[in-house]
Amino acid sequence: MRALLGLLLLVLGLGPASAETLITSLSNHRVLINSNYTGTSIAVFGAIERDAQTVARATPYDVVVTVRGPSQYLVVREKEPIGPVWINQEQQKFPTAPSYLSVLTSRPVEEITSPQLRQRQKVGLDAIIGAPDFTNTREGADRPFREALYRLKEEEGLYLEDERGVTFMTPSIFRASIPLPATAPPGNYEVEVLLLADTVILARTTTNFELVKTGFEQQVGEVARDWSLFYGLATALLAVFFGWGANVIFRRD
Amino acid sequence: MPVSVLLILGMGAAVGFISGLFGIGGGFLMTPLLIFLGIPPAVAVATQSAQIVASSTTSALGALRRKALDFKLGGILVAGGLVGSALGVWSFAAARRAGQLDLVIVISYVTLFTVVGSLMLKESVREFWTKRKGGSVRLRRKAGEHASYLGLPLRIRFYRSKLYASVIPILGLALFIGFAGALLGIGGGFILVPALLYVFRVPTGVVVGTSQFQIVCTTLVSLILHAVANQAVDIVLAILLIVGGVFGAQFGARAGRYLRAELFRFLLALLLLAVGLRFAMELVVEPDELFSIAVQEARE
Repeated sequence: MRALLGLLLLVLGLGPASAETLITSLSNHRVLINSNYTGTSIAVFGAIERDAQTVARATPYDVVVTVRGPSQYLVVREKEPIGPVWINQEQQKFPTAPSYLSVLTSRPVEEITSPQLRQRQKVGLDAIIGAPDFTNTREGADRPFREALYRLKEEEGLYLEDERGVTFMTPSIFRASIPLPATAPPGNYEVEVLLLADTVILARTTTNFELVKTGFEQQVGEVARDWSLFYGLATALLAVFFGWGANVIFRRD
Repeated sequence: MPVSVLLILGMGAAVGFISGLFGIGGGFLMTPLLIFLGIPPAVAVATQSAQIVASSTTSALGALRRKALDFKLGGILVAGGLVGSALGVWSFAAARRAGQLDLVIVISYVTLFTVVGSLMLKESVREFWTKRKGGSVRLRRKAGEHASYLGLPLRIRFYRSKLYASVIPILGLALFIGFAGALLGIGGGFILVPALLYVFRVPTGVVVGTSQFQIVCTTLVSLILHAVANQAVDIVLAILLIVGGVFGAQFGARAGRYLRAELFRFLLALLLLAVGLRFAMELVVEPDELFSIAVQEARE
C-alpha cells in the first residue's frame, strides 16, 4: 500500500514534467553592429503547451532566460598597498567567463527556485558566478574576486539580472527583452530558457543569436589583428606622410 | 573607446602648441594626458609613437633643408636607439603579460620626470641668478676640457658636431632613449637634446636636427614593433593626434619666438615636475576600485 502510494507520488511528481512543451523564438538571430551602434535589444517570445491529459496547475509558471556571450579568459587583479604605493598583487583567473551574461526572470530567482536547484542547475547570476568550476583553483580569498568580476562587469552593463525581465502576456505566453549594450562583444550568444513551476524545472530550450560587427571600425580591427605588420607599416607611412605634409605646408623659407 | 573626437583634436592641438613652443616632441605630455583620460596605457603609448613620428618628420625635414643635421652622429644614435627600442617593446609586452604594465609605466614616468624636471629647474634658477648678478652663462667648453668618459676607446671624429669622442657613451645614451621611448611613448627629445648640448657639447645648431633624425628612425621602428607585438596601435586615434598636433605646433613655434630662453626652460621644468607629481599621486592615493579585469589572450 505504501509502495503504491509512493509510486503514485512519483507519478504525480514526475509525470507533469513531461506534460509541458516549451516553444521559444527570438526576434532576431543576427544582430548587425555598425560604428554608430549604441546598443539594442533582442526579444524572446515563448509559449507553453500542455498536453490534453494534464490538468491545469495550481501555481503559475515561472520563466528564467539566461543569455551568455562568447567566453573570454579573464584575469581579475587586486591592488594592495606596498609601502606608500598601490600595486596589483593577487590575481584570479576565470578561463571561460562569458563576456556577456544576463539573467531575466519573471519573479525574483530566490522565489522561483530552491537553493539546491540554483546551485546544481546554475540558475541566476549568483549561482553562475559562484559555481566552483567558474574559476581556477587557488589559495587565498576567492569570494572577493568573484564579487569584483560581477561588480565591474555590471558597471559596464555586461552582467545583469532583471527579476522582472520576463512578462507573461497570458498565463501561457511570455516575452522577454535581452538588452545588448554597445560594449557587448561580437560572437555567438546562447539563450537558454527554463520553464519552472513550484521550484521544479519543467522544460528547457536553447537557441542562439550572433552579434556581428560590420563597417569601418570592425575592418580596421580585423586588419590590426590579422595583418599586424601591414597595419604597423601603414600607420608609420601615414605618420611620415603627415609629417612631410606639415613640413611642406608650413615651410618658412 | 568612446572618447570625444573634438577633445582628442583639442588636446593634440594644445600639446602641439607646447611642443612647438619648447621645440620638443610633446610625447611626454600627450601620453600621460591620454592615460589620465582613461585610454589604456598600452594603447596610449603605442599610438602616441605615431604622433611622434609625424612631428619629428616635420622638424627633421626642416633641419635637413637648413643642413643642420649630422648624419654620422645621427646614424650612431639610431643604431643604439634601435636596440633600445626593441628591448623597450619587449619589456612592454613582458610587463603586460605579468599584469604590471600600468605600474611600470607610471613608476618610470614619476622617476624620469621628477629627476629631469628637478635638474632643469635647478639649472634654470642658477642661470637666472647668475644673469641677475651680471655674470654671463658659459656654455662653450674651454680648450682641452674633456669629460673622462668621452675618452673611452673607439673614438670617432664628428666634424659637423665638432666632437671627437668615444662611441660607447653615445651608444649608451641612444640605447637608453630608445628603451624609454618605446616603453613610455615618448620621443625622448627632452632628454636627448640637453644630453647632446651639455654632456657632449654639440653645437646648438646641429643638436635639434640630429636628435629629431634619431627620434624619427627609432620611433618608426618602435611603432611597427608595437603594432606587431602588442597590437595596441589605434590608427584613428593616431590620425586625430597627428592632425591636432601639426597645427598646434605651428602656432607654438611662432609664439616661442617671443619667449625668453631662461623663462622658457623654467616653465618647461615646472611642466615636467607637475606631470611627474600627477603620476606619483596616481600611485600613492588609494584607488576607488581595488580590482581590475583584464582579458588575457588564450594562447598560453
